[in-house]
Amino acid sequence: MSRLGIKHLIGGFARHMDGLLLALLLALLLLSTAVVFSASGQSTGRLVGHLSNIAVALTALVVIANIPPHILSKLGPPLYAVALVLLVGVALFGEIRNGSRRWLPLGFTSIQPSELMKIALPLMLAWYFQLHEATLKLRHFGIASLIIAVPFLLILRQPDLGTSMLIGASGFYVLFFAGLSWKIIAGLGVAGGLSLPLAWNLMHDYQRQRVMMLIDPSSDPLGAGYHIIQSTIAIGSGGAFGKGWLNGTQNQLDFIPERTTDFIFAVHGEEFGLLGAILLLLLYLAIAARGLKIAEHAPTLFARLMAGTISMNFFTYIFVNMGMVSGILPVVGVPLPLMSYGGTALLTLMIGFGMLMSMAKHRKLLKS
Amino acid sequence: MPSHVIKNLHLELERYHNRLRVGAGFILVLSLILFLRLVYLQLIKHEHYQELAESNRITLVPAIPNRGVIYDRNGKILADNFSAYTLEITIAKAGDIDALLSRIGSLIEITPKHLRQFRRLMDESHEFETVPLKNKLTDEEVAILAANRYRLPGVDVKARLFRNYPAGEGLSHVVGFIGRINDRDLKNLRETSKVANYKGSTHIGKVGVEQFYEDLLHGKTGFEQIETDASGRGVRVLSKIPPVAGHDLILHMDLELQRVAEYAFGDYRGGLVALDPNTGGVLAMVSKPGFDPNLFVDGIDPATWKDLNESLDKPMVNRPLRGIYPPGSTIKPFMALAALELGIRKPSDVIADPGYYSLPGSSHRYRDWKKEGHGTVDLHRSVVQSCDTYYYRLAVDMGIERMHGFLSKLGFGEKSGIDMQGESSGLLPSPEWKQRRFKQPWYLGETVIAGIGQGYHLTTPMQLAAATATIANGGTFYRPHLVKAIRDVVTRKESVIAPEVAWKNAYKPGNLEQVRSAMVDVLKPGGTAAVAGAGTPYAIAGKTGTAQVVGIKQGAKYDESRVAERHRDHALFVAFAPAEAPRIALAVLVENGGHGGSTAAPIARAVFDYYLLGKKPEGVPVLKEYESAGD
Repeated sequence: MSRLGIKHLIGGFARHMDGLLLALLLALLLLSTAVVFSASGQSTGRLVGHLSNIAVALTALVVIANIPPHILSKLGPPLYAVALVLLVGVALFGEIRNGSRRWLPLGFTSIQPSELMKIALPLMLAWYFQLHEATLKLRHFGIASLIIAVPFLLILRQPDLGTSMLIGASGFYVLFFAGLSWKIIAGLGVAGGLSLPLAWNLMHDYQRQRVMMLIDPSSDPLGAGYHIIQSTIAIGSGGAFGKGWLNGTQNQLDFIPERTTDFIFAVHGEEFGLLGAILLLLLYLAIAARGLKIAEHAPTLFARLMAGTISMNFFTYIFVNMGMVSGILPVVGVPLPLMSYGGTALLTLMIGFGMLMSMAKHRKLLKS
Repeated sequence: MPSHVIKNLHLELERYHNRLRVGAGFILVLSLILFLRLVYLQLIKHEHYQELAESNRITLVPAIPNRGVIYDRNGKILADNFSAYTLEITIAKAGDIDALLSRIGSLIEITPKHLRQFRRLMDESHEFETVPLKNKLTDEEVAILAANRYRLPGVDVKARLFRNYPAGEGLSHVVGFIGRINDRDLKNLRETSKVANYKGSTHIGKVGVEQFYEDLLHGKTGFEQIETDASGRGVRVLSKIPPVAGHDLILHMDLELQRVAEYAFGDYRGGLVALDPNTGGVLAMVSKPGFDPNLFVDGIDPATWKDLNESLDKPMVNRPLRGIYPPGSTIKPFMALAALELGIRKPSDVIADPGYYSLPGSSHRYRDWKKEGHGTVDLHRSVVQSCDTYYYRLAVDMGIERMHGFLSKLGFGEKSGIDMQGESSGLLPSPEWKQRRFKQPWYLGETVIAGIGQGYHLTTPMQLAAATATIANGGTFYRPHLVKAIRDVVTRKESVIAPEVAWKNAYKPGNLEQVRSAMVDVLKPGGTAAVAGAGTPYAIAGKTGTAQVVGIKQGAKYDESRVAERHRDHALFVAFAPAEAPRIALAVLVENGGHGGSTAAPIARAVFDYYLLGKKPEGVPVLKEYESAGD
């Protein structure tokens, strides 16, 4: 291949990238590399792992960004079907870890099909609404609700309350952007409120315990409450300006549990303080804003629904994670987007951002 | 495309953009919630969390001070410390305790006694405390445990200081012992706000000098501030306050004298107190039988404890301080002095003793121990021959009130104030006391027998010795004192404790001389302790006595001969020597020893001979603990 050819190829890829979004993502990934390094006790192994996760995820981002939205939309049904089959597989043959059945053994590795569903469900819904674009009726929303309910219930009974709620939320965002009437939304809200006592009764003991702990973490300081207590201590002790990179005592002395993954925000809050936390929050807001901006100009219903949902989803994860780590939401196993160590979550996120970019850059192509 | 479809699409896009704005608003609300939460945690509650993070990070590890060493007056060690390894288990980390114990048992020798003690301590301890399983491990055991540590969760081998009492049984009541801090000790420590100084300490003085001087002996606990990680592993030492070792104590006691006294008791039970009459210093303080204080240091096992506690010989009773006996005839020299001092008798006043005394207008006869009587008796003879009739009459002439007044100035009826806990105050009767105690008036007949030290009057050997020391030195009542000096281990400065004068009695020297010469003749031919006094190069002033045994229950399980033996009178002897310039005063009690002159006085003689002449009776065993010391 000639040099011109390579240049053309790179140019072709680059043409479909959203520069601002990419810059924001890279800034966050840089920050995450620093925090993961500190949280891992300055382990080079973790650092290399994190960097290679980033490399894989960025590759996925570039590839997805270059797939036109109309092709992406066609991935909806098959991905959804595969994810659903895997979820049923988990229910039947899944491995039990920490008391719940979430993992599906595949011989060489184990996968968590609920991760796949995080992308597959919105794709499926957006594809479905696109299909009935001009003739959207209430019954389409009914069928969409079914599409949401099946994976929601399957994940709920694993049991994984957190993930099922997040997946339910992502489905809801699609319905919301598709124009679900406010009356129904209000009705759902009231019904949800009324069913809380019922839900409490149906909850597993550990789930209730997590909710109870949120109300009073000190009730079980050595058991489940330990996580929340130690992470709030870390954040609070960080103060306005933080203890400095690599200097967080809660972090370095191992008091923060799961500190490279779900509780990485505690490390960030401790070492960089309120200032660092605000900076992080602003970066997240900028990414979400960029996502919503892309959604605003998206050319097709599919793209609009996907772009809106991806942006909202992104921030929902952030809120749930930070809320949990700072002690205002129950502990659910949700990593902090773009910060936590972990390949699968990062890959899923980057696939989402890839789609956003695809929708941002293929717009003129479609319109013309 | 029809226009209404386009319009419709336009409307839908409009709605979609509205929804985007709602979504953006939702995101902003969520951000605001997070922001406020962070402001709350990181600004408003920052100091609180800062403190929590510090206390997470920093562990205060107490550094236990070395306990002070206790010496006798010649520098012989009575209590000291040695370092040894112990096997300790943290219950919370151990998992299955039974499995762990059997695994340890397969590595080193663990006896049922160890296990019993461990289980008992385990019940008393909190989950995160370490509980000793075996003390004083051998080097080999330490090596075996170290090699197998990986499969013994919660097991630690720690170097600890142990208390050792080389003198063993003889000083069990005087030096006492330390034992594990129990809930009651902890409560005391809290109430006296000393608990912080006992962080990390496991033992505390329980009895004797160890208990009384606990504060001085314990020392000041130091602290190391150690940065630890979440699993409690120390990362580095941040700061260090070294512990300050406890003070050493030097007793008035002479260990060899004590051992000579003990030996002199032979198989008899009893007590002896020897004082320096010029300071009140306790030279010897014997309680026989004793017990091995080393048994108590790490918790005595219940079977041994039961044996000690229920033994008919009562080894746990500290006889010099807690044994109370009627003074019997040993009261007579004090009565004689009272008669002279109060002007009731002149030395030359005589009575005719028919062998009994009767109160005027009564036919009841108070009998003399000598049936036929002593004939014509003056004050001197009344002491030398221990004439009861003389003192029956004297008591009536003196009256109980004056008798009480005079004897209380010799320390009878109240605690001597020695530096040891648990002292009994004995009982010096008076009409007020009887009214208070029994709501009954005092009868003259009770005065009569009080004259010979019978009736209500009860004394401890300590009180008798202190009273004897008081007349020996001419009337000064020194508070008996065990500790002679306190040595600061850091500065090596020794501060000698000044003798404490409780009060001074201005006895006339002539009167004292009368009593003293009579007491000297007690140990001369014709006296009641002539045998014990034979052949001394120095003069002993003494007085014999017998105390009737009261209060032994006729327990069905004791065999006849033993009960009979335990109903024999207690033998008493008080004395000081050399009579003209006393250096030692003592009281001896021999339980069921019969007559004072035959059993108690020889013990006193042995003590005097060693203290004044350095003469040791043959057969006093050598304590192997002191052999290597080369003294």
